[in-house]
Amino acid sequence: MKNVTEPRMEIEIAGVRMKNPVMVSSGTFGSGMEYAEMLDLSKLGAITTKGISAVPWEGNAVPRVCETPAGMLNAIGLQNPGAEVFLKRDLPFLKKQDTVVIVNVAGHEPDEYYRVLDMLRDAEGIDMVEINLSCPNVKAGGLTLGTDPAMVEEVTRECKRRIGIPVIIKLTPNVTDIRTIARAAEAGGADAVSLINTLTGMKIDVERQTFVLANRTGGLSGPAVKPVAVRMVYEVSRAVSIPVIGMGGIACAEDALEFLLAGAMAVSVGMANFINPYVTAEVIDGIRDYLIRKQIPDVRELTGAVR
Amino acid sequence: MKKKETACVISQEELAADIYSLRLRVSFAEEVKAGQFLSLFSADGMRLLPRPISVCETDPANGAVRVVYRIAGQGTREFSRLKAGDMISVMGPLGNGFPLEELKGKRVLMIGGGIGIPPMLFLGRTLKATGNTGCAFAAGYRTSDTYLLEELRETARVLVATDDGSLGVHGTVLDAVREAGYHADVICACGPRPMLKAVKGFAEEEGIPAYISLEERMACGLGVCLGCVTPTRETDSHSNVRNARVCTDGPVFNAREVEL
Ligand SMILES: Cc1cc2nc3c(=O)[nH]c(=O)nc-3n(C[C@H](O)[C@H](O)[C@H](O)COP(=O)(O)OP(=O)(O)OC[C@H]3O[C@@H](n4cnc5c(N)ncnc54)[C@H](O)[C@@H]3O)c2cc1C
Ligand SMILES: Cc1cc2nc3c(=O)[nH]c(=O)nc-3n(C[C@H](O)[C@H](O)[C@H](O)COP(=O)(O)O)c2cc1C
Ligand code: FES
Repeated sequence: MKNVTEPRMEIEIAGVRMKNPVMVSSGTFGSGMEYAEMLDLSKLGAITTKGISAVPWEGNAVPRVCETPAGMLNAIGLQNPGAEVFLKRDLPFLKKQDTVVIVNVAGHEPDEYYRVLDMLRDAEGIDMVEINLSCPNVKAGGLTLGTDPAMVEEVTRECKRRIGIPVIIKLTPNVTDIRTIARAAEAGGADAVSLINTLTGMKIDVERQTFVLANRTGGLSGPAVKPVAVRMVYEVSRAVSIPVIGMGGIACAEDALEFLLAGAMAVSVGMANFINPYVTAEVIDGIRDYLIRKQIPDVRELTGAVR
Repeated sequence: MKKKETACVISQEELAADIYSLRLRVSFAEEVKAGQFLSLFSADGMRLLPRPISVCETDPANGAVRVVYRIAGQGTREFSRLKAGDMISVMGPLGNGFPLEELKGKRVLMIGGGIGIPPMLFLGRTLKATGNTGCAFAAGYRTSDTYLLEELRETARVLVATDDGSLGVHGTVLDAVREAGYHADVICACGPRPMLKAVKGFAEEEGIPAYISLEERMACGLGVCLGCVTPTRETDSHSNVRNARVCTDGPVFNAREVEL
């Protein structure tokens, strides 16, 4: 039998080739500039940008973040400089990094997503877009679009119509059955789904008898959410036939392997970047070591291997 | 260059009730300047977020930095138990620091309130080394249970105020400055928000610039999460909205440019 020493790490999602299945999650990596001095960005499978909206968003009042057991809550409020500045300043930087660029798209209502896509359409250097359907929808009284299967399907279809590059639909876990939403995205023509976005949570300051976050609620992320995320990736990967990008609490190679084995084609590292700027490189090396140790020639063999 | 590394504890001592001085061996001691901070990390996986702590002193010859902090919760309580030879995860140097070029040759009033005093000692020593004369500290303590006071006195003139009047002027740091009739060319300050607000007003009265070091909750300390923002007067060049990141655009801001 041939000895595996150089396992294949490359994957492909909707025709877009990535060096390895490890990317970084939206909102946890900016546009990569801040990490460039600590990390070789070209090692990454892909960089997903902070959510970009059609016009600049100021975001929420502070405190926007707080610590929770083995995790954190955030209520940044999708602060971003707007698509125009993103295209002028951040995209030229990203294009030079020799990695796949995924632009995460934010909007308060369907038309706002479409406006962003119209602005991104002619830009060079964007490989895919990821539609964050967890943004609070103003017209639906703050409820997120991503909880309504009919809306998800409709918005996905229109996003696909507006832009030629592959569209990833990012799913919120704050639903009764995430498979229904994933199927709706697939029906609308999504090229892939990514999950999970943050779980809505709350923290109370018992001394001051008030909410810790100015926004009262925030999105939970980090190791605390990982078992929920793995379960959802498992469920979704069996409910749809498009690729699944798994995330939620990944902090080491073993975590990433759990997601791959549960059914993810690729994984994304979020808040762990804050705590360990080198984590993605460690995850990539750790997956490779695992493949060698297990004598598995191709990382794609891991996807959904647990049945 | 910013780094995350495991640092060895050189020594730790309690300076006053619940206030500790911790010396760490790090690879970047040479690069740290006054007003910058480090992220210290808990060894407990339940507590993942960084604890931002200002650098109080750097000792490049020995590859060491010193931080002085108050026990404010579980994380800092854990740090207070560290002993020589123990290891702790740190990231640094972070933040912009005080504008040393701007301060060159000037009479600088360095105001520190509460646990805002440690970075002012670092600044004072830097200015002394660069030959600034006529600088002064204004240090505000809760009570006469002071800390770092001797080291401040070895560095420059010190005006002391206490909340309870048990030492120096009974009142605020600005009461102490006014009572001494001290006038500076520029102010640098670190301390609680109400103090910084008063400092901003005082600097406007005096018609001099003030550089203030702000605190905000952080998740990354690296400028990526946008958790630590503070409202600004004008549209910020990076964010393209009216706020700036305390961890990277700050923690030191020109008081005129931020809304407190
Ligand atoms: C730039 C900067 C410099 C600082 N320098 C010093 C210093 O030199 N000495 C010192 O004693 N303290 C300093 N602080 C405050 C210090 O960060 C907090 O006291 C510390 O994080 C409390 O951690 P804890 O686990 O003990 O408290 P907990 O309340 O248990 O912490 C819970 C969470 O809230 C965060 N948090 C709590 N208080 C603060 C705060 N005031 N500012 C920011 N985050 C906070 C913690 O980091 C942690 O994530 C500084 C803060 C900032 C932003
Ligand atoms: C500070 C912060 C900001 C985030 N911003 C976005 C965002 O703009 N768009 C988005 O789709 N997801 C955003 N997320 C969610 C992450 O991309 C990811 O789905 C989630 O944090 C779970 O992964 P983790 O546990 O590895 O962090 C953000 C998460 C954090 C912690
Ligand atoms: S703490 Fe993340 S941007 Fe400042």
